[in-house]
Amino acid sequence: MNAAYIKPFIQGIRSVFGTMVNLEVAIGTPTIKSEPLSTYDVSGVIGISGEVVGSIVLSFPAETAQQIVARFSGEECDVTSPDFADAVGELVNMVSGAGKADLPHKGASISCPSVVVGKNHRIATGHETPCVVVPCKTECGQFVIEIALKEATVGAAAA
Amino acid sequence: MRIMLVDDSKTMRSIQKSVLSTLGFKQIEEACDGQDALSKVGAFKPELLLVDWNMPNMDGLSFVKAYRQQDKGTPIIMVTTESEKSRVVEAIKAGVNNYVVKPFTPDMLGKRIQETLAAKTSA
Repeated sequence: MNAAYIKPFIQGIRSVFGTMVNLEVAIGTPTIKSEPLSTYDVSGVIGISGEVVGSIVLSFPAETAQQIVARFSGEECDVTSPDFADAVGELVNMVSGAGKADLPHKGASISCPSVVVGKNHRIATGHETPCVVVPCKTECGQFVIEIALKEATVGAAAA
Repeated sequence: MRIMLVDDSKTMRSIQKSVLSTLGFKQIEEACDGQDALSKVGAFKPELLLVDWNMPNMDGLSFVKAYRQQDKGTPIIMVTTESEKSRVVEAIKAGVNNYVVKPFTPDMLGKRIQETLAAKTSA
């Protein structure tokens, strides 16, 4: 995967979590994801289309997600509540939007977010789309951002 | 002052409402997308709108264009993750008066709101 696809989203993580959650994020070493099984319990997913296609996923352990959501929204939420999913969705929305703005390709759009809650869920990316997992550490716990992006084919970009 | 918040995220509307409350604004109507907002503007008659861009059913840009057909003067602030210059230009051409990029601090949003209202007063 083009390294220029990863840095903008790492900067997005720092910016969003620093500004709206008041949380410093320590970024770990990126690795290539080899299994479709997501590591954690809560995932926010956003699709990217246009000149670059793929997805961005933020995945958290339930407890970490609850602490982060409480700091972000100002309210405690159960993981089963719609407000919890809404907050996670907005976090991945902002990280994806911030990252998209600094991609080398400017013709990209982001979808509305989806949120998956449940242990050992699978987030499958296109089998030809490489996925990089970047671990993130905070005082609320660890989470990951999964960046699965590739340049669109000419026909797909023009559609 | 009557203010309408248009964003599909309840969390984001809640954060904006909190900032507005700090600034002394209490008359707030919420809409979850452009279509919802269009159905409410007639009765609520907002004096300021804060509008997200990426929303289901009707996005923020489409709402701004539709709203400006009926109201050319009420100030609109776009509050969005879309930060590319081309998007900002597109929004301004559609009739947006000011722009806030997410993520934002309460201070940033408060400042933009006050700027926008001051510009309207002096116009």
